[in-house]
Amino acid sequence: MARNDLQGSLDLLVLKTLSHMGELHGYGIVQHIQKASDDLLSIEEGSLYPALHRMEQSGWIRSEWKVTDTNREAKYYRLTAAGQKELLKAEKSFEQLVKGVRAVLRYA
Amino acid sequence: MSIFRRLINSFHRSKIEQEIDRELRSHVEMRIADNLAAGMSPEEARRDALIRFGNRTVIREGATAADAELIFDALWREMRYAARQLRRTPTFTITALITLILGIGANVIVFSVLNALLLRPLDVPLATGLYNVVRETPGYDNQSYPDYLDFQSKNTTFSATAAYRLQDAGLTAGDAAYKCWYYRVSGNYFDMLGVQPAYGRLFHASDERGPNSAPYIVLSHGFWISHFNSDPRVVGTAVHVNKHPFTVIGIAPSGFHGTDVFIWPDFWMPIVDSPDDEGTSFLSNRGMHNIWILGKLKPDVSPRQATDNLNTIARGLASQYPATDDELSARLVKPGLMGDMFGDPARSFLAGIMVLAFLVLLAACANLASLFAARTADRSRELAIRLAIGSSRWHILRQLLAEAVLISVLGGVLGTIFSTALLAALTRWQPFPEFPIHVAVSADARVYFVALLLSVGSGIVWGLVPVRQVWATDSAQVTKTGAVGAMVFRRFAFRDLLLGVQITLCTLLVTSSFVALRGMQRSLHAPLGFQPQSVILAQTDLHMGGHTQSSSSVIQKRMLQEVGSIPGVTAIGIINETPLGTGGSSTPVYRAGTTDFRMSNSAFGAKYFSISRGYLAAAGTLLLTGRDFTWHDDANAPKVAIVNERFAREMFGKTSALGLRFTMADKISYEIVGVVENGKYDSLTESPWAAMFFPLEQNPDTDTSLVVRSQLPLGELVPGLTQALARIDPSLPFTFHTWPDALGFVLFPARVATASLGVMGLLAAMLAVTGVFGMAMYSVSKRIKEFGIRVALGAQPLQLTRSALRRPLILLLSGSTAGLLLGTIGSQLLAQIVYQATPRDPLVFAGVMITMAVLGFVAICIPAQRALRVDPAVLLREE
Repeated sequence: MARNDLQGSLDLLVLKTLSHMGELHGYGIVQHIQKASDDLLSIEEGSLYPALHRMEQSGWIRSEWKVTDTNREAKYYRLTAAGQKELLKAEKSFEQLVKGVRAVLRYA
Repeated sequence: MSIFRRLINSFHRSKIEQEIDRELRSHVEMRIADNLAAGMSPEEARRDALIRFGNRTVIREGATAADAELIFDALWREMRYAARQLRRTPTFTITALITLILGIGANVIVFSVLNALLLRPLDVPLATGLYNVVRETPGYDNQSYPDYLDFQSKNTTFSATAAYRLQDAGLTAGDAAYKCWYYRVSGNYFDMLGVQPAYGRLFHASDERGPNSAPYIVLSHGFWISHFNSDPRVVGTAVHVNKHPFTVIGIAPSGFHGTDVFIWPDFWMPIVDSPDDEGTSFLSNRGMHNIWILGKLKPDVSPRQATDNLNTIARGLASQYPATDDELSARLVKPGLMGDMFGDPARSFLAGIMVLAFLVLLAACANLASLFAARTADRSRELAIRLAIGSSRWHILRQLLAEAVLISVLGGVLGTIFSTALLAALTRWQPFPEFPIHVAVSADARVYFVALLLSVGSGIVWGLVPVRQVWATDSAQVTKTGAVGAMVFRRFAFRDLLLGVQITLCTLLVTSSFVALRGMQRSLHAPLGFQPQSVILAQTDLHMGGHTQSSSSVIQKRMLQEVGSIPGVTAIGIINETPLGTGGSSTPVYRAGTTDFRMSNSAFGAKYFSISRGYLAAAGTLLLTGRDFTWHDDANAPKVAIVNERFAREMFGKTSALGLRFTMADKISYEIVGVVENGKYDSLTESPWAAMFFPLEQNPDTDTSLVVRSQLPLGELVPGLTQALARIDPSLPFTFHTWPDALGFVLFPARVATASLGVMGLLAAMLAVTGVFGMAMYSVSKRIKEFGIRVALGAQPLQLTRSALRRPLILLLSGSTAGLLLGTIGSQLLAQIVYQATPRDPLVFAGVMITMAVLGFVAICIPAQRALRVDPAVLLREE
């Protein structure tokens, strides 16, 4: 059975974003997810940072302080090898979930 | 604790929090910049950015919580949470605390005694490298003074060796006379130990210049306080020891009490002084083994090397003096237990009790484990919810472990406080008023460390029991059904095993204490070779009155006449040392005709006593054949002896010993004039000794024990006795006991064993009761709904009780049986300490059975009642 709680989806979104964009700071992640989902998904900014820290502890992402294009300092995150693997897992389990939900919806 | 926390914060948390703050601030600033670009006013832009973010502190905390670097801080938070949880369930907490206090407290007490007697080095300034030099054969711990001098001058491995012995004497200061115990020590004793005087000076090796060259004594600090009002002017004054003048030259520092851990002497005297020795002094007699040797190893020498060196010297001495040093040997032992006299019994006994105490703690842990597992099962819904909302199993485990360790450490602290109080009482206790024995037990760093280790260890042991429960928790299942039953009620749970083991342990301890108790009771009626009942002992040493060995038999004869005429006295006799007293001496005996008196040629070793005419009758020792001594068996008459049955049997086999002869190292031939029954001489559990008795006139001794048989109680007899004895010599101090009281010394090990087993048994019984009670109660409360339905369907109360209590009862029965079997095996060990300890005794068997039945009844009674009182109507409404 797929792990399908909210946390799982947030992880998936963050990991996917980082895999796509390479290196990004927290604010950039929020912006990217919002833009990429055509404003359908908006990340709760308050839950993003705990999630980032947790993922960093799990070794999925790495962080580094850098200066942005607008000359501000920000903490940039990037995916690790372990994060890549985790992303694949999360994607797979999410697809299963979607499949499952679709199947149920068709029946109802 | 808040200081602790602040400390962590300042070092640790602030750095990470600052970083998080920095990151969040950068985020907010970027949002503000974007908002401004989108055309908001600065205030609006800022407000929007902050609102989107929500509570910044909450986020920061959320982020820090994820940070493993903060494990310390997380631990503290967990402890706080654990404390909150424990406060919410006071019954559990208090039960667990009491269990732990008892379990850990018992261990701390036993370990402290073990530590004080066996582990701790001697309490002297220079304690490193100190060893007692005893002989290879255990039990023969004394050396002779001439051998000591040879060891001292010939060895290459000790930087110093000292000799000492313990004696008693009468000390007179002004008008006051006291009976004292003191050490006679070689001159270098204090210097070797690094002891400095509190007042005056101590004596040194340079003070020794031949016999009686140093008539000085050094008072112990305690004796000085209690008998000389802490008056420093006593230094330099003269006192009399056994009527011989001595000068007090100094006061020993407080806390210094010589070189035996539980002896507290009143003063020290140079070993070359002789307040009472006459004739052949031990100082020149190689055959008299009555001193202890204490040696200080050179820094780079191992005990092994030193032992080899001493044994080489011993072999040299053996060939030089074959008659006395034939079997001389050396062995190094840890100092402090009177040579090693108390070493072996103390080690095995304390090790045994330590094991028992540890088992009690294990039982306590088992109890707590099952309680905790039950509690975890009750909380399974909470745990499931926490799992469902994303808490990791590891985190939940850590939380449970924190609760267990927190309560264990708390219990350990309380247990240690409680046992320290008990130990203080033990330290004040003087088990034998006539001996200077104190067991000074104080908790030191090692004790505290062990207590902490036990606390944390037991917390982890019982805190880890619910691991499987947590691991097996399926959040979906539990939250759905809300029922816990499935998880807790497997056919056979680990907890059942724990409880079974615990009941086994409890039965084992109860069996042992019953066996010990019965043994004690029996030992009071054991065949001792004398009848202690209605006998009063009046004891003294004639030296204390300034008398000598040669004049002693005259005084003893007068005592017999004076005391014999007191109305109410039915029989009277004198013996030098009472059997089962402080230990009679033994000596090798030889068959008649022996010419080479080396030890290996002896027939066997025999106990020897000097007795007066009439002693056998007064003591109630049965004369099997022959005659008692008479006044004609005096110094001028042929040497005679009375021996016991075992002596006669070993020396002469089946032929009658009467009129036959044997000889001793003094080369005198003794004629046997009587044979008496066997007896107990050293201890109740000894294997039978050969013993011989000599007439006091032929073998004089100043040690005098008047054996007075009378139906009168002690209190009525003593005034008459005192008066009669004062007519002979008013300055002679006497101690009076009933003979059964005086046996306290030999009964002591058995008493201590019985008492410790009793206490341990009681603890184990309490733990077993609470364990069974908890389990039965829990099983009833978990199934109460089921019972309600069954009652509603017409089940009989008996059926309910059976199904509710079957499991506890099965456990109780099988545990008790196993415990009884183990107890039977364990009692064989006990038989070495307690006289005739045997579990094959219907009374012991019945006692154990009844005890376990009562315990079981007590434990099951309340849960059974609860099961019986089930009212289906009430229950169903509750749902």
